Amino acid sequence: MKIGAPKETASGEARVALTPESAGRLQKLGYDCIVETGAGAAASITDEAYRSAGVEIVATAAELWQNADVIVKVREPSPEEIEAAPDGRILIGFVWPASNEALLEKMKAKHMTVLAMDMVPRISRAQKMDALSSMANIAGYRAVIEAGNNFGRFFMGQMTAAGKVSPARVLVVGAGVAGLAAIGTSTALGAITLAFDVRPEVAEQIESMGAEFVFLDFEEAQSDGAETGGYAAPSSPEFREKQLEKFRELAPTVDIVITTALIPNRPAPELWTDDMVEAMKPGSVIVDLAAERGGNCTLTRAGEKFVTDNDVTIIGYTDFPSRMATQSSNLYANNIRHMVDDLTPEKNGKPVVDMDDDVIRGALVTHEGEITWPPPPPKVKAIAAAAPKKKEPKETAGEKAAREAAELRKSLNRSGLMLGIGGLLCLALGFVAPPSFMQHFIVFVLSVFVGYHVIWGVAHSLHTPLMAITNAISSIIIVGALLQVVSGSSLVMIVAAASILMASVNIFGGFLVTRRMLAMFQRS
Amino acid sequence: MSEGLITAAYVVAAVLFILALGGLSNQEKAKRAIWYGIVGMALAVAATIGTPGVGQYGLIAAMVVIGGIVGWIVANRVQMTQMPELVAGFHSLVGLAAVFIGINADLEMTRALAAQEAGTTADLAGFAATIAKKSAVELSILKVELFLGILIGAITFTGSIIAYGKLAGKLSSAALTLPGRHTLNLFALIACFVLGYLYLDGAGLWTMIAVAVIAGLIGCHLILAIGGADMPVVVSMLNSYSGWAAAAIGFTLGNDLLIVVGALVGSSGAILSYIMCRGMNRSFVSVILGGWGGETQSAAAVDGEMIEADADAVASALADADSVVIVPGYGMAVAQAQGSVSELTKKLRDQGKTVRFAIHPVAGRLPGHMNVLLAEAKVPYDIVLEMEEINDDFPSTDVVIVIGANDIVNPAAQDDPGSPIAGMPVLEVWKSRQVFVCKRGRGTGYSGIENPLFFKDNTRMFYGDAKASMDALLRELG
Repeated sequence: MKIGAPKETASGEARVALTPESAGRLQKLGYDCIVETGAGAAASITDEAYRSAGVEIVATAAELWQNADVIVKVREPSPEEIEAAPDGRILIGFVWPASNEALLEKMKAKHMTVLAMDMVPRISRAQKMDALSSMANIAGYRAVIEAGNNFGRFFMGQMTAAGKVSPARVLVVGAGVAGLAAIGTSTALGAITLAFDVRPEVAEQIESMGAEFVFLDFEEAQSDGAETGGYAAPSSPEFREKQLEKFRELAPTVDIVITTALIPNRPAPELWTDDMVEAMKPGSVIVDLAAERGGNCTLTRAGEKFVTDNDVTIIGYTDFPSRMATQSSNLYANNIRHMVDDLTPEKNGKPVVDMDDDVIRGALVTHEGEITWPPPPPKVKAIAAAAPKKKEPKETAGEKAAREAAELRKSLNRSGLMLGIGGLLCLALGFVAPPSFMQHFIVFVLSVFVGYHVIWGVAHSLHTPLMAITNAISSIIIVGALLQVVSGSSLVMIVAAASILMASVNIFGGFLVTRRMLAMFQRS
Repeated sequence: MSEGLITAAYVVAAVLFILALGGLSNQEKAKRAIWYGIVGMALAVAATIGTPGVGQYGLIAAMVVIGGIVGWIVANRVQMTQMPELVAGFHSLVGLAAVFIGINADLEMTRALAAQEAGTTADLAGFAATIAKKSAVELSILKVELFLGILIGAITFTGSIIAYGKLAGKLSSAALTLPGRHTLNLFALIACFVLGYLYLDGAGLWTMIAVAVIAGLIGCHLILAIGGADMPVVVSMLNSYSGWAAAAIGFTLGNDLLIVVGALVGSSGAILSYIMCRGMNRSFVSVILGGWGGETQSAAAVDGEMIEADADAVASALADADSVVIVPGYGMAVAQAQGSVSELTKKLRDQGKTVRFAIHPVAGRLPGHMNVLLAEAKVPYDIVLEMEEINDDFPSTDVVIVIGANDIVNPAAQDDPGSPIAGMPVLEVWKSRQVFVCKRGRGTGYSGIENPLFFKDNTRMFYGDAKASMDALLRELG
C-alpha cells in the first residue's frame, strides 16, 4: 500500500506530515511513500532529500490523492480537497471533529476512514502518537523565543564591567506540556521563572523544571487533573477571584507572561485582564498560547502581534509550531509514523482498523460510511487518581522541646528499668553461684558490652563481610575441642577430633571468603 | 608453655578479635581488620595447643590440615552470589561442634566422677582432670552451662541447615505455617528444660542427647516458618546463636577466650539482626516467630496499567539523562547481572553522566549483599550510597533503573496503611523523572505484595532476565 503526503493547502502552514526519516521507517513497515512536489519546501526539506530516501515525487495533489491509499496531513482537509478526493481513502491528520461536523459529513459521504491525531487518547501507551503534546512542546519553546525576540533585555542576570543586569522575571500560567516546555526554556535562558497552575499536583513537576510554583492559599477540594485526562477542569468563581488577585499582585513585577491555560471543549479562560496589562512595566511582553481559543489575555488579537498604549507587546500568534516547521514536521511525522505502526500489526504494509484498540478507536472519527465520533470512553484510565496530599502540621519550638523532653524521660525511664532488672539478676546469680563462675561471668558481660559498642560502628556496606568474619571467629570453639582431645576414652577423642575438623573448615573457609570479599572493595 | 603465658596469649587474641570487628567501620581499614582476625585465631589455637595436658599433636595436625583444605576449596569455589548460603552452612558446623563438645564434656565428667569414686583421679588426663577438682556446686553450674551449650548448638545446627536449604533454593522459601506452631515450639522448649532438670538430678547422658534431638527439631521448625524475605535476619540471628553456644561451652570448660569471643559474636549477631529489623520496620519478635502477621488490613487495590519499554527506549532515556540512579535487588544477584551492570555504569560514567547506586538496608538476602556483589563487579564503592544518603536526591534524578528489586521501592509502604509493609522505609524512586523497572515477569515480589510503583505514570517495565536485559541495553548503547 502507498502512503502519501500532499502539500498543505492552509495558508501559512509550513509543516509536512512525512519526512525522509519517517518515510524510511514506514518503508520498513511495508509501505511505499509518495509526496507532492514541494510539500516539504517550507520545512526546508527538498524533493531531492525525499527522493534519496526512496520516496516517489508526484507533480500534483490530485495525482497524489489518486495514487496513495493512506493520506497523511497536518491540517484538516479543506472542503475542496475532500470534494476532489477519490472514495475509500484512509486519512490521518488533525481534524478537530468537535468544531468540524460539516467536514465529518463530507468525509463520511466519501467513505473515508479518518483518524484524528487530535483525538488520540491521553494514555501512556499512546504518548508516542500524541501530536498535541509534541506540538505543544514546540509551542512552549517558541513562545519563550518569541518573547525574547520582542523583549529589550537579557534573560539572564549578569555582572558586567558596564554595569549590573538583573534577570528577567517570567510568569508561566498553566503548566501543561506547553507550559512546562516554556518553563524549561525560560530557566535554561537564565530567567527567574514563576509558574501557576490550578492543579496543585503539578507543583512538583513545576519545581522539577526549575521554576517557582506560585502557591495559592485556597481551601477547596480542588479536582484532580488525573480525572480529566491530565487537563485542567473549570474552577469555581471564588477560586478564580483568588487567582486573579494573585495575578494582579504579580503583574507589576514580571517582565514576560506566557499563558497556556486551556480547558477541553471550552473557550480559553480569561486570566490576564486589561488592568493587569495596564499594571505591567513598559517593554514587557505577553505571549498568549491560547489565542486561537479566544486567548487568556483579554486584549489578545488572534494571529497578531501588537503593542498596547503602555508599551506592552502582546503576541497572539496561532501558528507557533509552524514557525519552527523543520522541527515540528520532524516530530509530527514521527507521531504519524507511530500511529501507522499501531495500524499495521503485521508489519506487512496493510493497515487494519482494530475497533478494540483504545488508541485507534479513540482517534477514529469516520469509518465505513459511519461517523464514529465521539468514541466510547477508553477502557484504561489515563492516570491513576492520586491520593490528596496531606500537609503535615509544623510543630512549634515549644512543642518540639516538650516532645524531646518527653522522649528523653521515656528513654531514661526505660534504660533505668533495664539496668535495675539487669543488676538484680546479677545479684541473684552471685548469691547462688560460686566465685569461680562469677569471674568468668564478669568477662562474659564485659565482652557483650564491647561487642555491642563495636558493632554499631560497622559500616552498613560491610555487614556481609562482618557476618563472614564473625562466622570465622565463632570457630574459636576449636579451643574447646583442642582441650578435650586428650582423653582416656577413645570415644571422647574421636568426637573431639571431629569437632576440630569442623571448626577448621570454618576457620579457613570463613577467613578466606571474608578476605575475598574485602579485596573487592575499591575506590574509583 | 606456662599458665601465665597462655593467658597473655589469650588476652592478645581477644584484643585482636575486637580490633577485627571494629576495623570494619570502613573499607580501607577492613582489609587490615581481617589480618587481626587471622592472627588472633592462630595465636589462640597455638596457645591452646601449648597448654599443659593437651597432646595428640599428630591427630590435631591431621584434622586441622584436612579441615583447612576443605574450607579452602569451598571458599574458593563459591560464587559471591552464594555467600548467604555459604555463611549459613558454616554456622551449622559451629553449632554441631558445640553439641559434640558439650556431649564430650558430659562423657568426661562421668569418667572423672567414676575415677573419684575409685580414687584413681591421678590417672586422668586433660579435661577430665580439671573436672575432678571441681566442687559439687561448680559441677551443677557446669551441667547448666553444658545443657545451654547443647541446646543452643543444636538449634543453630539444624536451623542453619534449613536456612542454607532455603537460600540455596533447595527448599521452598515460603513460610511453613503449621497450625499451633507457637504452642508446638513452646512445648518442645518446655520438654528440653524438663530434660535439663532431670539431667541436673543425675539422669545421665541420654537426657542430653534427647535435648539435642528436640532442640534440633525446634531449629528446623523455627526456620522453616520464616519466609525467604526475612532470611537475612535469620542468618545473622543464627550467627548470634553460634556465638552464644561458644560462650556457653567456654563457661563449661572454664576458658575465658571462648567466653570473650562467644559473647562478641553473640552480641554482634544480635545487634545486626536488630539493625536489619529496624530497616524493615518490623519487630525482632515478629520476624523470629515467622510469617507476615496475618491480621493486617487488606491492601488497597491498584489501578492503572503497566507499560512496557524495550531496550531501545531505555537506552534513549539514558542517553538523554544527566543523572542516573541504579537500584539493585535480589533479582540482580539471581541473574548474576552485576558484571553487566558495572559495565553499564562505566559506559555511562565515561559519557560524563552521574551514575550512583542506591542500596536499601534489606536489599538482597544478606545485609550489605548488594555492596558485596557490586564490589565484586568492580563498581567503585564511593558511588554506592545508602538509602538515607540518596533518598532526598531522587526528585533531581533523571532516570532510575530498578534491577530485580520490588518491595524496597514499593510506595505502598508510605501511602497505604493497609499494606503489609506499611511504615517500612523505602527508596523513593517514583519521585524521579523516569523509572525503569527491570523485572522477570509480571508477578509480585518475594513478599507477594502488589507494587503500585509499576503502575505509575513515569514508570516503564523492562521485562526480562536482569542479565539479558542489561546486555541488551549495553548493545543499544553501543
